[in-house]
Amino acid sequence: MTDIPLSISDLTVAYHRKPVIWDIAVNIPPGTLVGVVGPNGAGKSTLLKACLDLIPVTSGRVEFFGKAYQEVRHRVAYVPQRESVDWDFPILAIDVVAMGLYRQIGWFLPVRKRHLQTAQAALDRVGIGDLANRQISQLSGGQQQRVFLARALVQQADLYLMDEPFAAVDAATETAIVEILKQMKTDGKTAVVIHHDLQTVRDYFDYVILLNMRVVAAGAVDEVFTNENLQKTYGGRLTLLDQATEAMRRREIKT
Amino acid sequence: MIASVLFDAWLRTLTLQDHNTRVVVIATTLLGFAAGAIGSFTLLRRRALMGDALSHAMLPGIGLAFLVAPALGLQAKSLPVLLGGAVASGLVGTFAILLIRHQTRLKEDAALGIVLSVFFGAGLAILGLVQQTPGGHAAGLESFIYGKTASVTTYDALWIAGTAAATILIVVLFAKELTLLCFDDSYARARGFSVVLLDILLMSSVVMVTVVGLQAVGLILMIALLVTPAAASRFWVNRIIPMLWLSAIIGAVSCLGGSLLSAGVAELPSGATIVLTAAALFFVSLLLGTERGILVRWIHRRSMRLKTDRQHVLRGLYEIVESYRFKNLATDSSRPGQSSKNQVSRSFDGEESAFANHESLVSIVDLFSMRTWSKLRLKRELKRCQADGLIKMQQETVCLTAAGREAANRATREHRLWELYLITHADVAPSRVDHGAERIEHVLEPEMIAELEQLLPASSTRSQVPDCPHSETDSIAGDALPQGLQSRGVR
Repeated sequence: MTDIPLSISDLTVAYHRKPVIWDIAVNIPPGTLVGVVGPNGAGKSTLLKACLDLIPVTSGRVEFFGKAYQEVRHRVAYVPQRESVDWDFPILAIDVVAMGLYRQIGWFLPVRKRHLQTAQAALDRVGIGDLANRQISQLSGGQQQRVFLARALVQQADLYLMDEPFAAVDAATETAIVEILKQMKTDGKTAVVIHHDLQTVRDYFDYVILLNMRVVAAGAVDEVFTNENLQKTYGGRLTLLDQATEAMRRREIKT
Repeated sequence: MIASVLFDAWLRTLTLQDHNTRVVVIATTLLGFAAGAIGSFTLLRRRALMGDALSHAMLPGIGLAFLVAPALGLQAKSLPVLLGGAVASGLVGTFAILLIRHQTRLKEDAALGIVLSVFFGAGLAILGLVQQTPGGHAAGLESFIYGKTASVTTYDALWIAGTAAATILIVVLFAKELTLLCFDDSYARARGFSVVLLDILLMSSVVMVTVVGLQAVGLILMIALLVTPAAASRFWVNRIIPMLWLSAIIGAVSCLGGSLLSAGVAELPSGATIVLTAAALFFVSLLLGTERGILVRWIHRRSMRLKTDRQHVLRGLYEIVESYRFKNLATDSSRPGQSSKNQVSRSFDGEESAFANHESLVSIVDLFSMRTWSKLRLKRELKRCQADGLIKMQQETVCLTAAGREAANRATREHRLWELYLITHADVAPSRVDHGAERIEHVLEPEMIAELEQLLPASSTRSQVPDCPHSETDSIAGDALPQGLQSRGVR
C-alpha cells in the first residue's frame, strides 16, 4: 500500500485549543485529481498545512507514499494561497519560479543558467513565458497564480497540494490550470486541490472530499458529490460543535 | 587665519592623511556596507524595528560589563568585554520580546515598545551608577549611545572590519535562502528549510553589525543604518539581489560621508552625521528613484493627463464638426435630388472637402461647452495641439489640420468602440456609457483595440468611426444641432 500518495488517519488540528479539523481520515488513490470542497472556515487550508507540517498537529498521522513527509519532500509540491505572500516584493516572476529548485541547487550556491532555463520552461508551460522578467506586482492575479503553479511544476513532484488555485483568476488562467491538471493525470500524478466553485467540481475532478471540520464524505465524484452530501456539508453548520469550540476558546482567554 | 586652519584640518581629513582617521573611516565604511546589505533582508522580513529594540537593549549590558569586569579580573574598558555584555543583554531583550509575544495576546509592536524602553531605561540607570564609580566618569560609555568615531582605535577598527566582512560573507552565502525566507516563509518550511534557523542567522547578523556599529553610530541611531539604505535602494531597483548591493553601497557612502563630516567639522557626533547623510541619500532616492521615485511617477501621471486632455480636445472637435455636418445634411436632404444621409460617410475620412468649408472652423466657446473642463487647461492643450501641428488657431476659432483630422478620427473611434463594447458586452445602459468609457479608453493599447474591432463586426473597416451609440444622431436629421450640443455639454 506504499503507493498511496497521501494517507491521513485520525488527524485533528487545533488553533489555540480551538479544534479546526476533527478526526480526518482519508486515503487518496494515486493518479487522481482530488477536489477538496467545503464552506468557509471548514478547515480546508488547515488540512493541507497540517499535512505539510506547517502547523502543529494535535493528533493523528499523515503519510506520503507510505513515509513521513520529511523523507519524501521532493515528491510533494505545494502551491500556497496567492494571498499568503507580499506581491510587492522586489523579485521577478522567473526568480519566484526558480525557488522551486532551491533544494536541488543546494546550500551556498547561486541560481545558475540551467536553473533559469528550467524555470523559463515552466513559465512557458503555464502560458506566461513572455512575462518572466516582470516584477511580480506587475502581474495580474491570475498570472501570479500561474507563477506559483510554475514554481511547483519545476519540482517534478508526484503529488501536488494546491490551496485555492482557482480563486479570483481570469478565464485564461483557469483553462491553463485545468490543462495542466489533466496533463498531470495523464502522467500518473496526483493533485489535491482546494476548490470553491461547486459548478465545476464534476468537470475538473474525479475524486472529491467534502469537508466541514470533519470529512462529510470522500470518494469518486459520481458517488459522493450528491445533493444530500452537499446539504450535509454546507447546510446547518455544525452549530453545537461550533459553540463548544468557541466556549473552549473563550475560557482559554480568561485563564 | 582661523579659516585656513580649518581648511587644513578638512584637507587632512578628506585626503585621509592621518593614519588613525584613515583606519576609522575605512572601517566605518565597511560597517555601512554590511549594515546596508543585511538591512535589506530585515526590511523585507518586516523585522526592521527588531533591530532597533535589539540595539537599545544592549545598553544595560555595556554598563553591567563595565561594573562587573574588574571583579572578574578583566580590563573594564576593553572593547570585547563591553561588547560581550552588549550582545548578552541584546539577546535577553530579543528573548523578552519573543516571550511577551508568545505568552500574552499582545502584538509585536507593543512587545517591542515595552522591551525597548525598559531596557534603555535600565541602561541609563546603570550608566548613572557607572558615573559614580572611580574612573567611571572618564570611561566614555556615552559614546555608545550617540556614536563617536573619534573614540574608535585602530584595534577597534579591525574588529569592525572583521565583523563587517563576516556579515557580507553570510549575505553572499545565504542570499538565496534568506530571499526565500523573506518572500514566502511557509513555502520555505514546506520545502524543508528551517525557518527558525534562517531567522536566527538573520538576527545574529544584525546583532553582529549592531554591536560593532555602537561605537561609530551609537545605539539610538543604529536602526537608521539598517533601514534607511535598504528603503532608499528600493526606489531604484525591482529585484532583491541588486537591491541588496545598492543598499550596501548607499550604507557605505553614508558612513564614509558621515564620518568625514564628523572628523572634519569637530564636535559633531558621527552618529548624527552618518544618519543625516543616509537620510539625504534616501531623500534623493525618494525623489529621483527610477523605479518608484516621486518624479518618475509624477512624469508618468502628467503624460497620462496630457494624453487624456489631447484626446478630449480632439474628440470634442470631431463631435462639433460632426454635428455641423448633420445639420448641413438635414438642410441638404430637404432639397430634392441631393444625396441621402446613407450615402454620406459620417466619418471625415477621405472627405477633405467637409473640412475645407467654413463649418469646420470651431469656436473655442463651443469647444469649451463640450465638457466640464477649466478654460486655462483647454487653452494650454490647444496651444500644445497647435505646436504639434494638429490644429490651426485664429483668434477664437480652431481648425483641424490633416494630421489633426486623422488623430481626431482615431480618438473618437477608440472612444466609440469602447462605448459599443460596454453596451453590447457589458450591459451598460447607453445613457451612462459615455462616462464609463472615458475612464478606460485612454489606456487602451493597440492590441486591445484590435480585439475590440474583432468583437464588434459592425466597425470592421479600419479607419471608420462608428456613430455615437448614445446620442440623438438619428433624430438629429431635423434641426437639433443646438440641443445635441447642449445635451452633451452638460454631462
